[in-house]
Amino acid sequence: MASLALEAPKPVSPTWRNFREALRRHPTAVAGGLVLLVMILVAILAPWLGTVDPEAVAPVKRLRGPSAQFWFGSDMMGRDVYSRVLYGARVSLTVGIAVALLSTLVGLAIGLTTGFVRWLDAVVMRVMDGLMSIPPVLLAIALMALTHASMQNVIVAITLAEAPRVVRLVRSLVLTLRDEPYVMAAVAAGTRLPRILWRHILPNIVAPLLVQATYVCASAMITEAILSFIGAGTPPNIPSWGNIMAEARSMFQIAGYLILFPGICLSLTVLAVNLLGDGLRDALDPRLARRM
Amino acid sequence: MAVVAFVVFLLLYLTPGDPAAILAGDAATSEDIRRIREALGLDDPFLQRFGHWLWRLLHGDLGISIFTNLPVTQLIGQRIEPTLSLTVCTLVLSVLVAVPLGVLAAARAGSWVDRAVMAFSVAGFSVPVFVLAYVLILVFSIELDWLPVQGYAPISEGWWQWARHLVLPSIALGTVYIALIARMTRASMLDVLAQDYVRTAQAKGLAPGAVLTHHALKNAAVPIATVVGIGVALLIGGAIVTETVFALPGIGRLTVDAILRRDYPIIQGVVLIFSAAYVLINLAVDLSYMFFDPRIRY
Repeated sequence: MASLALEAPKPVSPTWRNFREALRRHPTAVAGGLVLLVMILVAILAPWLGTVDPEAVAPVKRLRGPSAQFWFGSDMMGRDVYSRVLYGARVSLTVGIAVALLSTLVGLAIGLTTGFVRWLDAVVMRVMDGLMSIPPVLLAIALMALTHASMQNVIVAITLAEAPRVVRLVRSLVLTLRDEPYVMAAVAAGTRLPRILWRHILPNIVAPLLVQATYVCASAMITEAILSFIGAGTPPNIPSWGNIMAEARSMFQIAGYLILFPGICLSLTVLAVNLLGDGLRDALDPRLARRM
Repeated sequence: MAVVAFVVFLLLYLTPGDPAAILAGDAATSEDIRRIREALGLDDPFLQRFGHWLWRLLHGDLGISIFTNLPVTQLIGQRIEPTLSLTVCTLVLSVLVAVPLGVLAAARAGSWVDRAVMAFSVAGFSVPVFVLAYVLILVFSIELDWLPVQGYAPISEGWWQWARHLVLPSIALGTVYIALIARMTRASMLDVLAQDYVRTAQAKGLAPGAVLTHHALKNAAVPIATVVGIGVALLIGGAIVTETVFALPGIGRLTVDAILRRDYPIIQGVVLIFSAAYVLINLAVDLSYMFFDPRIRY
């Protein structure tokens, strides 16, 4: 998301010019983008940032507070929390970005189809209503409880829980756009459906979809942490922020830092994504910017 | 609701993992496993199983817990008080805090009050409930020693103890919800405050407070009520985590234990009960529109 926002191509259309002006007006969004960029770099460069093997146990040195040797302290098995937190960034970011991409694709595919193929609409939307009437976190928990713990399953479970909202958004946008004069004109002129979708519909839903994707990303990272925290997420041998905090659950009274550091990282990353999303929304939809 | 029931059943049916094998334990022979599968009806055809399950569901029977052999309804019934206390307290607290915050932010749009409320709202969305919960425990229970660290006191043991144990969980759980409602209240109020009749009321010389509450807030109420209803989804997901952190013996704890033991009937039952509650609350919200806006008729 960050690279998209910050490395915008040379502004040619007025949209991109407005976009850059809006970014200037929203320093918080830029800050969010920068923090996110740093987090992504940290995740990629984790092995070279003074970390040790995040799985290496050293029972003699367990539960040491933060010090020069253990920057973020060590956990109950003597593992270096700093290394674990840095490697944990990989999990959270992968899950967040993968879910955002997947649910956008799923939402786009189903939303576009149901928006134009009317007989499918009734059936598909009832299924979506069913999925949406189960609170998303609960749905993800139920799904995870029934498969074995792996990162792919976490991503699929959260995508299933998040995608119905994206479907709703795309469908409602398509339904409004379908009645626009220029779309009707294209239909009347005999333009094929794929071309109508590509030339007329897609460009008009990219902006709201992008904004929605950032929110999905933020919420997916929180859901991943919640799943791991209650023992239904990424397998315990992968150091995700949720797992680190889950393991620290029983000893937070004596070693609060075990929860503090991953907690701060998680909150900061989610905050960054949310700020970026808010900035994008204001930049891409000036009408909303006034209100929210 | 029928769709929900079907989806829930399908989800649990399609997923791998054999409860009979887990129940039988490591030392079981395949003969043992086969016997347990038969006793549980796990080998029946799909539609027959769904039919059975639905029939019992309509009679208020959510099945028997595989692990404890107790009816799921009984297990959920035992655990409902802490969960209900937590969610209702959080709901009331959140609305009481969030709506005035939102109104204040809208009335002073652009001021530092507005900025502070909006900053709080973005931050509230970003801090996961259990991180906040631990920070609250560390500060108010361990450092300051004002409130109990964990645990639950039933209402029957006195209101005071009950309330003391719920203060921190409610704040932790409520923060996201407050952020959501405050944001929507502000947006909705800004819309209404731009209307002509508000200007007329102000021009008539009505007290600013009266204009805000009587003219503006009542007309801004429908979107606020909607978001209160939708936000219950956050509340339910968060309650499971909050109960785990604060060791409240509620439905959330039951769920987490059931996940670890793959106790399918309990998971099915909890998902159904929570979803039903969610749907019913949103139905009640829909009906409340008539009260807020008499133009809406069903």
